[in-house]
Amino acid sequence: MTLAPVHHILPLATIIRERRLPVKGNVRVRVGQKVSPADIVADATWSREHIFLDVGRALGISGSAADRLMRLKPGDQVTAGLVVARGGGLLPKTIRVPRTGRVIAAGAGELLIEAGESRLELRAGLSGIVREIIPDRGAVIETSGALVQGVWGNGRVDSGAMISLADKPDAPLTPGRLDVSMRGSILVGGQVRDADTLRTAADVAVRGLLLGSIFPSLLPMALEMRFPIVVTDGFGSIPMNSAAYRLISTNNKREVTLNAEAFDRYSGARPEVIIPLPFATRPPEPHDVEAFAPGQTVRVRRQPAVGLIGTILSLSGGLSTFPSGLRAAGAEVRLENGKQLLVPLVNLEVVG
Amino acid sequence: MPASLIEGESVLAVDVGSANTRAVLFDIVEGRYRFVASGIAASTAESPFRDVGGGVRGAVTDLQATTGRALLAADGQLITPSQADGSGVDACVCTLSAGPALKTAIIGLLSEVSLESARRLAETCYMRILDSAGINDPRQADQQIDALMRLQPDAVVIAGGTDGGASRSVQKMLEPAGLSAFLLAPEKRPAVLFAGNQRLQNEVKELLGNVTSAMHYSPNVRPSLDTEDLGPAARELASLYLGVRKRQLRGIDQLESWSRGIMLPTAYSQGRMIRFLSQVYGGTRGAVLGIDIGASAAVIAAGFRSKTTLRVYPQFGLGENLPLLLQHTTLEDILRWSPLDLSTGALRDFMFQKSLYPSSIAATKEDQSLAQAVARQALHLAMQTARRDFPRGALSSQPGRLPFFEPIFASGGALADTATPAEALLLLLDAIQPVGIATIILDRSNLLPFLGAAAEHNSMLPVQVLDSGAFEGLATVVSLTGAASEGTQIARAHLVYENGAEARADIKHGNLELLPLQHGQNARLSIQPRHGIDVGFGAGRAGALTVSGGTLGVVFDGRGRPLRLPQDSGRRRELIKKWLWTVGG
Repeated sequence: MTLAPVHHILPLATIIRERRLPVKGNVRVRVGQKVSPADIVADATWSREHIFLDVGRALGISGSAADRLMRLKPGDQVTAGLVVARGGGLLPKTIRVPRTGRVIAAGAGELLIEAGESRLELRAGLSGIVREIIPDRGAVIETSGALVQGVWGNGRVDSGAMISLADKPDAPLTPGRLDVSMRGSILVGGQVRDADTLRTAADVAVRGLLLGSIFPSLLPMALEMRFPIVVTDGFGSIPMNSAAYRLISTNNKREVTLNAEAFDRYSGARPEVIIPLPFATRPPEPHDVEAFAPGQTVRVRRQPAVGLIGTILSLSGGLSTFPSGLRAAGAEVRLENGKQLLVPLVNLEVVG
Repeated sequence: MPASLIEGESVLAVDVGSANTRAVLFDIVEGRYRFVASGIAASTAESPFRDVGGGVRGAVTDLQATTGRALLAADGQLITPSQADGSGVDACVCTLSAGPALKTAIIGLLSEVSLESARRLAETCYMRILDSAGINDPRQADQQIDALMRLQPDAVVIAGGTDGGASRSVQKMLEPAGLSAFLLAPEKRPAVLFAGNQRLQNEVKELLGNVTSAMHYSPNVRPSLDTEDLGPAARELASLYLGVRKRQLRGIDQLESWSRGIMLPTAYSQGRMIRFLSQVYGGTRGAVLGIDIGASAAVIAAGFRSKTTLRVYPQFGLGENLPLLLQHTTLEDILRWSPLDLSTGALRDFMFQKSLYPSSIAATKEDQSLAQAVARQALHLAMQTARRDFPRGALSSQPGRLPFFEPIFASGGALADTATPAEALLLLLDAIQPVGIATIILDRSNLLPFLGAAAEHNSMLPVQVLDSGAFEGLATVVSLTGAASEGTQIARAHLVYENGAEARADIKHGNLELLPLQHGQNARLSIQPRHGIDVGFGAGRAGALTVSGGTLGVVFDGRGRPLRLPQDSGRRRELIKKWLWTVGG
């Protein structure tokens, strides 16, 4: 039995997602509460910058002597210009707080102040029900709907009406296809090949891009975009896989959440698009692991059929030799285009 | 010594890599330890599995199928000790390289001294150095704190101060690390290794002990200004690495329980074996080299008489870090190794796509050509980087050249993913570009790290397995260096087999030549180079020696060092195809 990773492309599933602050904060929701994508689940204040003052060294005195001159303790709010300590002598040197902030550590003649405080708001990112509270950090939210996982995301999240501009799975998204009527929408394209398209999308103020593939040279720029970008299949000119394309096309103009979380192979975080849908009975939760078996729908991860969807006809007993000359366990796969291909098992993932 | 690893017992060795998990069985056969068989399965450290246990059980199950020996009980636990019915094993050892390289900050005093030692120390393990702070760091302390807060390192490696030397300066250097760790949430605090002035251990403990996830101490890597000793600190760093991994990956605890604590980072274990080999088998002519090129990292272990250099380069790994390779090289420089006419765009797409699926393999000739080209360049860069730290006095044909290595052990996913022994050999020759006469040994089952781990408590096992012929001799390679025109004859070789038969070869500059010599056979090789050409005996000097056979026999590499490929892309591709065909296709 060979374990198979599962790539989720599901028309209806129960989707459970954790929303967690990177630092301690306040949870703003309760169990059972209905939330919308823009609702704040938790918030926190945190400081990105710190000020370190070595008062003893600046005054040329010992740490303990400096401590006796300092009047500040952890927790004290300080404003710019506040006198921390004043030395002795004919021309006494004065140490002042350079920026407004809060003292977080003091001792041995040293002072650590946090400054540049900012508020961090964690949004639900999807419509659903709060199932669990993560104390001081966030919540677990459950929804039902269609789910399409991607392979690359630029780390942002947003929601909006999805508009497909891809009349076929490999249709390039170009600046000419974008206009102001698409402001606030999540646009679907087969691929992006040029920087102008990303710039135009930013100018139009879209809420996100859902793409089959993107040129690798555009990744640094994509990471700078303030809207989420999710890539479903990979890099270069790979068409969007047919299973994702069909699902997205049939849900055109629906409200969707585009979570462009970076793919982390260890934590399991993946970029995804969630399309909330009504349901009569709670749909099943997706499986993350299956065993390869005939009849399964699979997606090919590498050439010569990268991104193509097919069905496993049979698993090869033992090792097979591939055109590359390598020998590995494989499966006979009938692709959607009718072709039959022997594919190494390690180059397949189950779609489901 | 744990009771589980006394001499004479069967040993299961398990290696958990990023892409694959291997299980190998060693047992006593006819009174001596032998490599019995190996099993392999895809690793399961990553999502959606997120537990190394699945891959381990898969590899052991594969091993069971090969040997017919039951090793796992119905509950998935290892049967130990071995039973009267032949099932189970007496002991288990583990090596580990799975998981992302540890985000690491290094701290030292002088950039050319202790900071450099800290860098070399961190490079003995699967670590990516992302911040470096020395006494001449232009950043203010608060800027250093903010940098460390953003980085949230998994590990901090600290060197600095000779024993009994600087103390105040070292303490000042530690303040930003201590304060940033204090500000981080407890679960995000780094593990810290202090390998500096030994007199400061108590102060360091006081300053950092309460704000780290684990505090490690080792003897000073720079006990004096002109002395560097990485050995004991590297051992402690290996322990730090395993501690961090235990927190990051599920299933490590189970492995630790199976192995009763005999677990080492794979690269460290490989380095230990190379050191052992250099001391026991290293001839007067040179040193022993071990390379491993896989998804996690490129590992270079070079054992010299005076010291062993172990370097682990995640930036040259062929898995998720593959796009980072382009920070060290160009697409054109990679593509020069391809025998097929492929575009730089196709190569770039390949590298990014491969980074998404490190365990995937090439199914087409084009994909294989790209994969091999990338592996060559990554290994070449790793060798070029590692050689900077080789001892200055290492024996070489001339200054600036690679030292003489004999033998060269090679392993890793990139070599496992070669279609033929010839492909593997040419990859190694192009990337390493050895000089002199070297036996190339392909370690397909990654035995070397296993032996290094087993040697921890059973000195007989590695010695006997090494003598048993478990390693596949790929070829004896004679590399000729010196200036000559393309196509001119640069040496004549004469091989006399054990049965008295003879074979001769005329070696021309720019060409490869091959004389057959089967695995397990020896022959007497005499070689007469032309004036100015060196085969390892000195320029223009003839010599004779006994050489061992291998899968490809004796290969003469007359392409010169450094290897210069033709500028014309068409001619270059034809030449690469011809070289591959010459050594067996």
